[in-house]
Amino acid sequence: MWAMIVKEFRQLRRDRRTLAMMIVMPVVLLIVFGYAASFDVTTIPTVAAGPQASQAAHLLGKPFELVDVQPSQDRAWAQEQLRDGHAAVAVVTGNGQPEVLIDGSQLFTAKAAIASLSATAAKAAAAGTAGGQAIAAAPKVTVLYNPGLNTSDIMIPGLAGVVLVFVGTIITSLGVVRERQSGTLEQLAVMPLKPRDVFLGKIGPYFVVAALDLAIVVSVGVGLFGVPFRGSLAVFALGALLFLFVTLGLGVLISSVSENQGQAIQLSLMVTLPQILLSGLIFPLSSIAVGVRWISYLLPLTYFNEIARGVMLRAEPLGPLWQPFLFLALLGAVVFTLASLRFRAYLAPAPPRGGAGSPHSAPSPASATRAPASGSAR
Amino acid sequence: MTAPGAARRAGNWWGTEDVCVRFGSTLALDHVWFRAEPGQVSAVVGGDGAGRTTLLRCLAGALAPASGRVRRPAPLATGYLSAGSGTYPDLSVAENLAFRAAAYRVPPQTARQRSAELLARAGLDKVTGRLAGQLSGGMRQKLGVIAAMLHRPDLLVLDEPTTGVDPVSRSDLWLLITRAAADGAAVVLATSYLDEAERAHHVLVLDAGSELAGGTADQIVAAMRGTLTVTGTRPTGEAGRRAWRRDGRWRVWDPDPADGSARAGGAVRPDLQDAVTVAALARELARSGAERESR
Repeated sequence: MWAMIVKEFRQLRRDRRTLAMMIVMPVVLLIVFGYAASFDVTTIPTVAAGPQASQAAHLLGKPFELVDVQPSQDRAWAQEQLRDGHAAVAVVTGNGQPEVLIDGSQLFTAKAAIASLSATAAKAAAAGTAGGQAIAAAPKVTVLYNPGLNTSDIMIPGLAGVVLVFVGTIITSLGVVRERQSGTLEQLAVMPLKPRDVFLGKIGPYFVVAALDLAIVVSVGVGLFGVPFRGSLAVFALGALLFLFVTLGLGVLISSVSENQGQAIQLSLMVTLPQILLSGLIFPLSSIAVGVRWISYLLPLTYFNEIARGVMLRAEPLGPLWQPFLFLALLGAVVFTLASLRFRAYLAPAPPRGGAGSPHSAPSPASATRAPASGSAR
Repeated sequence: MTAPGAARRAGNWWGTEDVCVRFGSTLALDHVWFRAEPGQVSAVVGGDGAGRTTLLRCLAGALAPASGRVRRPAPLATGYLSAGSGTYPDLSVAENLAFRAAAYRVPPQTARQRSAELLARAGLDKVTGRLAGQLSGGMRQKLGVIAAMLHRPDLLVLDEPTTGVDPVSRSDLWLLITRAAADGAAVVLATSYLDEAERAHHVLVLDAGSELAGGTADQIVAAMRGTLTVTGTRPTGEAGRRAWRRDGRWRVWDPDPADGSARAGGAVRPDLQDAVTVAALARELARSGAERESR
């Protein structure tokens, strides 16, 4: 048994990546996810509209944080602010009873807003009874975009992104590294194929499968779980396309730095797990500690989440979504460029080290005269 | 880009000129000259780490040399079987060939005819639907070889096509190889078997990245200096360092027949295996002699 233990330790010592995953990763993950794992909503961005907007706004205490007060605007404007993600709560005043609009697509924020409003109303009722005054009209609360505050409504658009991460990153990385393991990579390298053709030919099928997966997940979400799809299919498709480019690029990048499928899976998980936990899919982005939140903004799923929820639940058009689209496009450009460069190097003849050499040269009479007269060598 | 067949018409040759390849501090190929003629089979032999695969990778275009020149046709006119079968285990025999034909831009009709012809010649025509991963080692190797020659390349580079293959499959593989050469391709193959190398038109023997011997098998044998004797027991003393066991007996190389060992009887006519062993022995003795002198 001792021999077995020694052998195992020797192998482990040489497998640096696994060793790092066993020792460093748990600590890093605990710290990162510890700061991220929070459902507590401390601030709720709020706007107020209508003639009594200022008074109404002042009645709201914590956690509501006023970001805009527009006495000249109406309910339509307030709803637009929620749709475009500028605020999670909007107070609309005017004739009669004030109305509080809540964005139900931000589930935990919406729940915190409702709880806070109920507490305020209860407190006001108690104060009013004690003072013997008539209570000003209690606001009417309207939850938009996800009136039932269903978890599935907000999870399924994000889960579509998770499916794309799995297919795009994990499966693609395995598909490419398989070439290296089966010994066919070198054959590909010498075939009369351009690296670009090999690259696109390699990821094309995964792109199609991932797109099909996405269509299935969204259809099942809408058909089986009753998740609404209120926005433009074209905007959603464009977001998915950009997101797919990033995830497929990540897959190729991972495979080009992996020796075997085990390593590719390890690296893919290291890329996938933070996306699931830090992208706002489970924990609200605003609840994630600032020191960790910056990681969220490096993850493509964060932006796809914003796009998917915005389009599916709030019918958000392309214009207000320019930021996630832009960041997704930037991430896509960086990852795709790196992936294609790595892939090109992966296929290119290696080494040389310290010499120019001539990897391919057409025969010429001049060189032939320098060659040995006959036989295999000189 | 040279179209397939152009080299044969022009009577060109392929090979390396003064090629060096370095992996870190290791010199994998040390000023190697090699020439492969169209219509002929050239064999590259040598022990483990001799540089055979490195030379073949340079010829196929999978590796760029640190210095020197590689003469090879365009990728479209090169066929390459890397170490292993180079086939996709999760594709069927027919699918593997179809992929290779498409990659080398062989017209579909020609590809079908050529595949059928090669499959029949390799005895694989009954298993076209079977996954390559489910073929026996010999069958997989034959599939790799016919995939490499499917597009009728000018230069066919085969890295150990017969290693680990049963004698019947080896014979089938040699039929395929010699047929490719007869069709005009310059065939270069690496092998560990000297009996196979003897069948080649030209042989290059590599040792630690540099040429140990080169030429036809007969030329290599003729170039061997000294004499060879066979004895039942290993000689003692200095002669023992020049002896090796073969076929249950001891062969002793005497670099200088005048010292009397040849006259002791048992002298034999060397073959390629003897000549290569003697060349390696001579280099080793020279090296150890130089080391002793330097000390």
